[in-house]
Amino acid sequence: MVLVMAIGDLHIPHRALEFPTKFKSMLVPGKIQHIICTGNLCIKEVHDYLKSLTPNLHITRGEYDEDARYPEIETLTIEQFKLGLSHGHQVVPWGDFDSLAMVQRQLDVDILVSGHSHRFMVYKHEMGMVINPGSATGSYSSMTYDVNPSIVLMDIDGLRVVVYVYELVDGEVKVEKIDFKKTSTTT
Amino acid sequence: MSKTKSGLSNPIQVHNYTSPVTVVYRNKPATQNHIDPQKTKIGHTMISDGGEDEEKWLTAGIAGLQQNAFYMHRALDSNNIKDALKYSAQMLSELRTSRLSPHKYYELYMRAFDELRKLEIFFKEESNRSCSIIELYELVQHAGNILPRLYLLCTVGSVYIRSKEAPAKDILKDLVEMCRGIQHPLRGLFLRSYLSQVSRDKLPDIGSEYEGDENTVMDAVEFVLQNFTEMNKLWVRMQHQGPVREKEKREKERNELRDLVGKNLHVLGQIEGIDLELYRDVVLPRVLEQVVNCKDDLAQYYLMDCIIQVFPDEYHLQTLETLLGACPQLQPSVDIKTVLSGLMERLSNYAASSTEVLPEFVQVEAFAKLNNAIGQVIEAQADMPVFGAVALYSSLLTFTLHVHPDRLDYVDQILGACVSKIAGKGKLEAKATKQIVALLSAPLEKYNDIDTALKLSNYPLVMEYLDDRTNKVMSNVIIQSIMKNKTHISTADKVGALFELIKGLIKDLDADNDDEMDEDDFKEEQNSVARLIQMLYNNDPEEMLKIICTVRKHILTGGPKRLPFTVPPLIYNALKLVRRVQSQDDNVSEEETASATPKKIFQILNQTIETLSMVPVPDLALRLYLECAEAANDCDLEPVAYEFFTQAYILYEEEISDSKAQVTALYLIIGTLQRMHTFGVENRDTLTHKATGYSAKLLKKPDQCRAVYACSHLFWVEDQDGVKDGERVLLCLKRALRIANAAQQMANVTKGSSGSVMLFIEILNKYLYFFEKGNAQITVASIQGLIELVTTEMQSDTSTSDPAADAFFASTIRYIQSQKDKGGATGEKFEAIKV
Repeated sequence: MVLVMAIGDLHIPHRALEFPTKFKSMLVPGKIQHIICTGNLCIKEVHDYLKSLTPNLHITRGEYDEDARYPEIETLTIEQFKLGLSHGHQVVPWGDFDSLAMVQRQLDVDILVSGHSHRFMVYKHEMGMVINPGSATGSYSSMTYDVNPSIVLMDIDGLRVVVYVYELVDGEVKVEKIDFKKTSTTT
Repeated sequence: MSKTKSGLSNPIQVHNYTSPVTVVYRNKPATQNHIDPQKTKIGHTMISDGGEDEEKWLTAGIAGLQQNAFYMHRALDSNNIKDALKYSAQMLSELRTSRLSPHKYYELYMRAFDELRKLEIFFKEESNRSCSIIELYELVQHAGNILPRLYLLCTVGSVYIRSKEAPAKDILKDLVEMCRGIQHPLRGLFLRSYLSQVSRDKLPDIGSEYEGDENTVMDAVEFVLQNFTEMNKLWVRMQHQGPVREKEKREKERNELRDLVGKNLHVLGQIEGIDLELYRDVVLPRVLEQVVNCKDDLAQYYLMDCIIQVFPDEYHLQTLETLLGACPQLQPSVDIKTVLSGLMERLSNYAASSTEVLPEFVQVEAFAKLNNAIGQVIEAQADMPVFGAVALYSSLLTFTLHVHPDRLDYVDQILGACVSKIAGKGKLEAKATKQIVALLSAPLEKYNDIDTALKLSNYPLVMEYLDDRTNKVMSNVIIQSIMKNKTHISTADKVGALFELIKGLIKDLDADNDDEMDEDDFKEEQNSVARLIQMLYNNDPEEMLKIICTVRKHILTGGPKRLPFTVPPLIYNALKLVRRVQSQDDNVSEEETASATPKKIFQILNQTIETLSMVPVPDLALRLYLECAEAANDCDLEPVAYEFFTQAYILYEEEISDSKAQVTALYLIIGTLQRMHTFGVENRDTLTHKATGYSAKLLKKPDQCRAVYACSHLFWVEDQDGVKDGERVLLCLKRALRIANAAQQMANVTKGSSGSVMLFIEILNKYLYFFEKGNAQITVASIQGLIELVTTEMQSDTSTSDPAADAFFASTIRYIQSQKDKGGATGEKFEAIKV
């Protein structure tokens, strides 16, 4: 059982002040094994905070990130799942499921995590899942109106993954759960 | 011996009684200090020389003491009072030494004290005395030397009082005056200390058994005051004994003894009969008189502090004027500010303890008195350093914040006094600036609201006098306070005032300050300003616009270094405002509202982003232009959106030359453009044409290929009335294919083997995408052709193996299969494709 947190598009300090305290209090160092971040943190301070939660930090580059050394794409394998990570501004049309599915096929991953639109979404299809963790700070997006802060936590266990999405609605944390099971092991 | 009515002997007469037994003092040097009591010289040095020798003398003294004590007890056991007294006198003679430092003398004294306790217990038993207490009182005065005589007198006096055969006050009076016989400071202090200790529980206080018609609280007070006065005199006298070079040592020794003097005040503090009246009319004036007149700074400092700590706060409040009146009369070298700070702190805590006491403060006009006192002290001590004065005001401020938190005028007054104190002093030293920061931080912490601090007219004036570094420190404190309390600054005026305060962070105050700051620190600093900008908010769009303009005005003074940090948050504030008014705009016609229209805001946005060109940061500016374009798109302001795109394109063409940067910028352009619905055909065509042109001109062929097929989406928008130009889509894809081919050929030529088929697979997927969406121009044949092309390439000998491409192709085929398996319309469509 591996806990993976997916977050992104924080845009601190240009569009948001800080990581929401209600989320912060949920995240205890050592509880989460991996953090995958779609990008647009934007400053080192956020990077350091995430690093303090777990040393396994994977970040891809968003167009506003201060650190230009983050990769455009990253892939990693956890248990029986292959995960792909990319910010998403490179995939046109932005937020388009079919284009994202193409990237998923290209990277040959079961789960593609991508952001940019600040809108939380989970697409399930036969070949896998595409997850957009939304914006952890609920920051302004030209694409989406009324963004609520959201983060995603994946509990990966063998061939099964349970996706928990935490959304901050009117100051309260709401949780939703989505199940996914792989049909075959990775080759 | 003449006797007074009460049977006590005249204290002035001296007895010359010689001891029948010659006691041999062992281990003592030949030159013994056999002191004739009448000849105790004031100028006699009492400072011991050499620690080692001291140790020896102490040991000798203790030995002598113990030996005599032994004999004394033996005499007591056989009820031989005379002998007991004789040996006790000899024992006490050890205390006549001048050789010990206070610390060591104290050790000797304690042992004597213990023995005297036992003696007192013995005498308490009436059956033990073979004579009356009065006779005993007389008997002890036969001791040869005055010091032992007086110790014994005090001991017996204690028993006498307890016997109640005479009024307590008479005995006490006798004792306290007899002790005058010892004028040697160290010995005198300890003797009187002993008197204080044995008399402690026998004072005629209210409710005490010793109270009566003749004995009142006044008598107790008189006694203690007198003892205190004499002890203080002795203590002060120590300062002037001995050579000047040993002054420091003397002061150290005096400090060791100070609690002996202070004890008297503690005793006074515990006399229950001293009510406010008595304190105010008798005790305080007498004590202060002594404090002021002794003109000794060590004593003054200690005793003032003692008074403040010992007596209740209510008394201090009611005698504030008297107490404060003494301050300017003290020696200039006394650290009066610490004393006053201590007083104010006590009063602050008193105020905090219960709200019921607050009216008292108002009634006695505490603030005014303290303020005056501080003013007087500062005037009197003309060379008080700046940090001292500020520290005083700081304490007064803390006091005011506790006691009169609603009186902003008081707070402002204090700040004003500070301004006049620090004005014209030039550059302040570190201690002073630290104090000023503490001074300025206090209202922030108390009120938790920058608004209140902004109301203090003298606040910015104080900040004016800070040097740049301190201004930055203070500015950071202010920002932290705002962040912590999550206060939203809501009017343009307040924002303006705030930015004036923190100008150390906003712009370079000093021309040559530039290279001093560490880069990371600078970033942190500017990021906190960025966060601050987000805290500025007002529901009313007009006011919000004013706020934005005010902020803009200020941050533009920051120069190229700061703009990349401060401009983006302002832009987003403005974009959020646009969203707010654009929904309102639908209901209200443009002419009616004043100025907070999307158009107006976009103008300001445009002008603001323009300023980034002076840095320059073209990448950032491009992104911001595109964000604005999308916002303009949502407001259906076609010309505004077009203008923003133009600006972005200009930047792309002229300023962004790095290949990697170009690729990212281009995807942002394409992505944004794809979402534009407000453009008419002409404008859209122009922009699209340019975008595809840029794509084809990227440096690396693979980048070109990918950008071009991304452009295909510009001609296909899924919205209801979105453009769906199947032909232009196909044209793009074909162009991408050509580029992919060219890339393959290049690889052949340069590397001798064909490059990866990855690009072809990507294009294939794009074909499938549009095929699925129903683009009639994408035929099954073309798809089939691509599949075969890829398959052939992959199987050819000259191809470089690429596992990623293999996997991609495999998953593409799987996808096609799964689409077939879906059945229905989709299944039918995909049926024709052979895999």
